[in-house]
Amino acid sequence: MSIITTKAVTKVYNPTTIPVEALRGVDLTVEQGEFTAIVGPSGSGKTTLLNIIGGLDRPTDGYVEVNGKDISKLNDNRLIDFRKDNIGFVFQAYNLIPVLTAKENVEFVMLLQKRSKAERDARSEELLTAVGLDDQMDRRPAQLSGGQQQRVAVARALASKPSFVLADEPTANLDSKSTANLLDIMARLNKEEGVTFVFSTHDQRVIDRARRVITLVDGAIASDERKES
Amino acid sequence: MLTKLAWRNIWRNRRRTFITAGSVMFAVFFAVFLRSIQEGTWNNMLDNVVNFYYGYAQVHREGYQDDQSIDKAFEITDTLKELAAIPSIKSIVPRLESFALASHDEHTTGVMVVGTQPDEEDGMTQLSDRLVQGNYLDADDKSALVGLGLANYLKLGLGDTIVLISQGYHGVNAAGKYAIKGLLKFGSPELNKRMVYLALPEAQRLYGAEQLVTTLALNIENKEATSKVVSAVNKMLGKGHYEVLDWQEMMPDLVQAKELDTGGSYLVLFVLYIIIGFGIFGTILMMTEERSYEFGILLAIGMKRLPLSIIVWLEIVFIGLIGTLAGMVLSFPLVYYFHINPIDLAAMGEDVAKTYEKFGMEPVMPAALDPSLFLTQAIIVLLITTFLAIYPFYKINKLDPISAMRR
Repeated sequence: MSIITTKAVTKVYNPTTIPVEALRGVDLTVEQGEFTAIVGPSGSGKTTLLNIIGGLDRPTDGYVEVNGKDISKLNDNRLIDFRKDNIGFVFQAYNLIPVLTAKENVEFVMLLQKRSKAERDARSEELLTAVGLDDQMDRRPAQLSGGQQQRVAVARALASKPSFVLADEPTANLDSKSTANLLDIMARLNKEEGVTFVFSTHDQRVIDRARRVITLVDGAIASDERKES
Repeated sequence: MLTKLAWRNIWRNRRRTFITAGSVMFAVFFAVFLRSIQEGTWNNMLDNVVNFYYGYAQVHREGYQDDQSIDKAFEITDTLKELAAIPSIKSIVPRLESFALASHDEHTTGVMVVGTQPDEEDGMTQLSDRLVQGNYLDADDKSALVGLGLANYLKLGLGDTIVLISQGYHGVNAAGKYAIKGLLKFGSPELNKRMVYLALPEAQRLYGAEQLVTTLALNIENKEATSKVVSAVNKMLGKGHYEVLDWQEMMPDLVQAKELDTGGSYLVLFVLYIIIGFGIFGTILMMTEERSYEFGILLAIGMKRLPLSIIVWLEIVFIGLIGTLAGMVLSFPLVYYFHINPIDLAAMGEDVAKTYEKFGMEPVMPAALDPSLFLTQAIIVLLITTFLAIYPFYKINKLDPISAMRR
């Protein structure tokens, strides 16, 4: 079942002054349970595509459907709600809330979803255990290593039970050991729990682990390879 | 969670929080202290005049306030005697008041002659407490009490004779000489220089106004009961014959001067509020600018703009609250100290004291210990902070998460 569909998505920055075409007619379908990497050189449109799929940006032309719903037409407030309930984000710089503990960071999105305290407690503990941080729950981000912070970010991304997780260069700031650890966790969540991951990355280690690799060049899909699992 | 998040956020940059809260604290501290001293000084002056002479309300013949002539003297009728039954009126002090020329040796000056019932007067204004030399009047005394300033001017001592010359009731000649039985010292320099007290029957004889009085001073339990008493008296006396005035109506110049002075201080405080406001706004600008990235992330993961704005608003309100409370706590001991130990301007030099006395003010500045002064200043500063904290709403409302996260 496809959960993400883009049709003829184009994105032009500065359309009235010096137009820059970041995406040129991207057609893409992502199925439930994929572990997909979007790769390409800098300026190829990876982050723009991820932002549009994630409802953070709107296409100049074309449309994006998530679970059959055209998100390009949603207003700002509905889009925020849509992101909260359907999409998990993992960012390059972890971006945890510095004044909240690891557990509170994971709980935060569930709080926005108005889940009960009992459910928040249970799920945040379960997710932090799943990413190997069951003994670090009460620590604040500044007390965690980069790799640990990114694992908290993955747990936070999954807390809302999203349809898929978008990860923008998730390993860019991590050392080899932390990268391998994080990839193991995400691969396991993908395999065992069917979580769909879409990465934008330059990192060969991520590309090697991906089961589908979409290469963007100059804002268009140059290749779309699926590996045998 | 919003409150918890806001509270924790303000401690992310402790130094900035302390500096901002410190500026709020200074504003509240300065404003409370300034207003307390000002209000205390005015209250002291008004109390000097009201408590030690006028009383909180008086009854006169209609029109006496505008034309204070002895010809407007009146008899104390049964209806007027019944006023004493009104709740909150402790007693009624009848007075015959008029002006006279007072002389001794080669000195002459204008004075205010007050004929009063000594015991009732003492019950209301504690006049005997003002005695610095000599003895208090008896009910049918034939001697006089004079203010210390007047005694000094006329070079009068105890046992000396003061001569009073005036025009009496309906134009009769009024002249009399009185031995000085006691010297009085008032808080108000104006009263000190002007007052001559006689027993009521003696004053009535002097002015040819047997059984007449010009004023009934109402001894009211407390200041707050004044308006209630005034309306009750008005109701009993009806309209046309008498005027019933509260202390504000009796001393409009003083009340206006107080209002003018208070207005001036608000101008000073307004400038202070603006300066402090800019300081707080600087902090708000920094807080919102440097956290744009974080705001972008929060919007991306599904936090709506309104709760996000409320968090930042709460942070600023918290800082404002900390500063306001600290300002109140810091100013209280100082205000309390100067409430108990008023600033003595005489200690700053004779010239300062004389300048104050020239304007009819006692040269002391006590601080008013009035909770409403603390609360008013605290609320004003808190409102300014709360108002300025609206800026993040504007900023976050137009924040584009992608641009914010690109920084």
